[in-house]
Amino acid sequence: MGYVEARSLHKHFGEVRAVDGVDLDVKEGELLVLLGPSGCGKTTLMRMIAGLEIPTAGEIYIAGELVDQDVPPRARGIAMVFQSYALYPHKTAFQNIAFPLEALRKPPAEIKRSVDWGAGMFGIRHLLGRRPRQLSGGERQRVALARSVVREPRVFLFDEPLSNLDAQLRAVARFELKQFQRQIGTTTIYVTHDQIEAMGLGDRIAVMNRGKVRQIGTPQEVYNYPADTFVATFLGSPPMNLVPRDVHTIIGFRPETFLPKSAFPADVHVETFQLRVREVEHLGSDRLVYGSLEGFQGEAPVISDIPSTITMPIAEGETYPFAVARPNLRTFDAQTGFRRDDRAA
Amino acid sequence: MTRRRWLRRVKRIALYAGAALFTLFAIFPFYWMLLTAFKTNRDLYVGATDLSHIPWIFNEPPTLQHVQLLFLGTPYLTWVRNTVLVGAAVVVITLVCAVPAGYSLARLSGRWGERLGIGIFLTYLVPPTLLFIPFARVIALLGLQNSPWALVLIYPTFTIPFCTWLLMGFFRSIPRDIEEQGLIDGYSRWGVIRAIVLPLAVSGILTAVIFAFTLVLQEFVYALTFISSVGKMTVSLGVPVALVRGDVFYWGSLMAAALITSIPIAIVYNLFIDRFIAGLTAGAVKG
Amino acid sequence: MTALRREAHPSLAPPAIFRRRTLADREDLLGRIMLAPALIYVIVLVGAPLLLAVLLSFSASFAGSLEFRWIGLRNFASILADSQFRLALRNTTLFTVISQILVMILAVTAAHILEAAFAGRRVVRFLLLLPWAVPVSLAAMAWTWIFDSTFSVINWTLKVTGLLSGWFYWFGDPTLAMIAIITVHVWRMFPFATVIVLAGMTAVPQDIREAAVIDGASFWRRLFQVNLPLLLPIITVSVLFGVVFTSTDLGVVWLLTRGGPYNSTHVLSTLAFQRGILGANLGQGASIAIFLLPVLFLAAVGMLRVARRTEVGA
Repeated sequence: MGYVEARSLHKHFGEVRAVDGVDLDVKEGELLVLLGPSGCGKTTLMRMIAGLEIPTAGEIYIAGELVDQDVPPRARGIAMVFQSYALYPHKTAFQNIAFPLEALRKPPAEIKRSVDWGAGMFGIRHLLGRRPRQLSGGERQRVALARSVVREPRVFLFDEPLSNLDAQLRAVARFELKQFQRQIGTTTIYVTHDQIEAMGLGDRIAVMNRGKVRQIGTPQEVYNYPADTFVATFLGSPPMNLVPRDVHTIIGFRPETFLPKSAFPADVHVETFQLRVREVEHLGSDRLVYGSLEGFQGEAPVISDIPSTITMPIAEGETYPFAVARPNLRTFDAQTGFRRDDRAA
Repeated sequence: MTRRRWLRRVKRIALYAGAALFTLFAIFPFYWMLLTAFKTNRDLYVGATDLSHIPWIFNEPPTLQHVQLLFLGTPYLTWVRNTVLVGAAVVVITLVCAVPAGYSLARLSGRWGERLGIGIFLTYLVPPTLLFIPFARVIALLGLQNSPWALVLIYPTFTIPFCTWLLMGFFRSIPRDIEEQGLIDGYSRWGVIRAIVLPLAVSGILTAVIFAFTLVLQEFVYALTFISSVGKMTVSLGVPVALVRGDVFYWGSLMAAALITSIPIAIVYNLFIDRFIAGLTAGAVKG
Repeated sequence: MTALRREAHPSLAPPAIFRRRTLADREDLLGRIMLAPALIYVIVLVGAPLLLAVLLSFSASFAGSLEFRWIGLRNFASILADSQFRLALRNTTLFTVISQILVMILAVTAAHILEAAFAGRRVVRFLLLLPWAVPVSLAAMAWTWIFDSTFSVINWTLKVTGLLSGWFYWFGDPTLAMIAIITVHVWRMFPFATVIVLAGMTAVPQDIREAAVIDGASFWRRLFQVNLPLLLPIITVSVLFGVVFTSTDLGVVWLLTRGGPYNSTHVLSTLAFQRGILGANLGQGASIAIFLLPVLFLAAVGMLRVARRTEVGA
């Protein structure tokens, strides 16, 4: 049994099925990312685990204990960080961090010690006297994290805590967050719509769409062996190329595996295509080649991601032989979208 | 000067002239109140047929006698006291009802909460000039004729709907996240209301208090219907009805009273008008 | 692949101090309890009296006693036959419609003028709120004084500028009295309406209006096809409030004219007051005041429509 478990979880808002039958198993100490586009149900799922929403059907277990309507959020041993950080505006940073400890009726001396420890962990000791409006976005985030840590919860729930930071700060914060979670070892569930963030942070990723979990696996697994066409196109930028081979089959291959034939050594088994180039984008470290495959019904638009180490000139309007190594080729069922493959994850 | 520049200047002048005209129309009665309140009787009571006497200026130096009469020679201060007492009682009743109701409708009521919110707001539209008839019967039954308690009982019928709607908007403006964070951090919903929501809503509650008080200050119909003794009147009733000897009004004192009463209300309205309009324009539904 | 840990975590059960669900957690119950006082007050002291008003209109009730005798439609029959009632009905409609039309024209014009960025706009806005801030009874007294037959400063001004040859006995002549009443209503409401429309205008996105200018639309075209339609919701709300407060007003008419001269300026409210309260005929008073309900109902429906449309995001 996992540390956090969801069984056949449903949440319906009238007609809308926000969460439509989810089974989830979070291992103790791992950082599981719930990834998906907006509206896929990831936040609703997290809120049900937190106790902020009551499931329409299904059960949730935390550390083996059933948590339902009778177990309010404060009794579940969880800490949550919202996208907005939800700092109490009328309290100082110190008071914000101390708040959960005051609710626990801890003695003031102990509170002071814990706040100091938490603040120290995130390097914000010098900010404790300030109010939230006097703090920058990054500083507020740290206060929120410190607040979540001081009550030593069983599970951390993070709802897109990095999306309010600007891009530069985000990468650094992501790294530090991962370090922090590794160090403290608490089971963590993390919601995001950003697949790069998911790939960088997660021990495992649960990819969700329309209320259902489409795949759970390590970043490598979901990236290289996507369970269906949704996962295949959601992960990766640019997304996996999907081309209908015939009425029943769609073949898929990632742009970075789709290279000029001449780039492959002779002994590698490849599948060859004729690519008519429409446009070439020079991005510095790579070139993105947009074009379409010849010999397929319809458009068959594809993208190739050529690293700068391959210098073969590509001209717009021309047609070139491109190839994919056989092991990198995926097949999907055209009706269901599921990956059809002998290769298990 | 080019023709365009000339046109623009004309337009500008017309604009300012227009604005001045409107403002003048709105303001001149107050100027007239000011003059009347401080003019000597000799300067004031000159028949308007006498075109040589200009009523729009102080022809004699201003006097404080009307103001003195108002405070010392009329029941005005008694009326002020009555108004303050009735107002205080009404404000207390209103807060006790409207603060929890406003929160409940903002956060705890879901779909039917929206409907009820509108319903409560609409009761504000039911006019005193319809309800005063049945109230006459109710007040008679309770034996509260000619008593300020009648007003204390009836005034909340419009202050509560108004303030509930006002507070609903304030509570809605507190981010939901913060309340949920409180739930996770260790409080029950009631605990969150006490520890987090109320401190953050203080300005909203203050606004409600002030608006409730101004609503009491302005009310005329119920006071006219239920209070007959001069000594028990409120300002809004006493000034028009009892500042008179026989057929002759004490105009100087009357206008002084009108000025003294309007300015604080105008200041208050000015401070809170933005919030009030925001609530209004978003419809009665969205606070 | 588990994460590295400093040490094995002891089983972190939530602290015992946090009991299970208590009453303070029951949000549905809490919601109802918190709503109850206000709801009860409104139902008992607005809903019930409203019902009572309707019942009284079908009864012969007088203020002296507590009797209640059902007489069906007789009250209605007698007032409909009463010319004073019909006059009051006409006056209510007349005053409301005329004053609101004037208010709207003035308010929209004034708002457009004030919108052109303006030094001293805050001061002007404060001044414009004064007529609304004055208690209605005190404003009525100020205007009674302004229209006084002997001392009227308006008469003086008109006479001095040569615009008046005779003399205006404002409250002695039925037509002049009506003009006076309408003037006061307009004076009270148009500044507030201006502030509301102004606020609505600032809420309208600037780019839409600028696009119309760039598209080359003339001033009038822009006004009627772009600006006014965008302002429609807020103008509607303002008009509805104005209609409700003007049609149900008692203070202005009562203090200015007492319904005179010769009962010619009575409105439904003042007539209901005179017959029902002063005349102690509660039944008849109620039946007169009931005629205010259709207006209120229409206003309520109107506001709901506007609210719904803004919700949908028109």
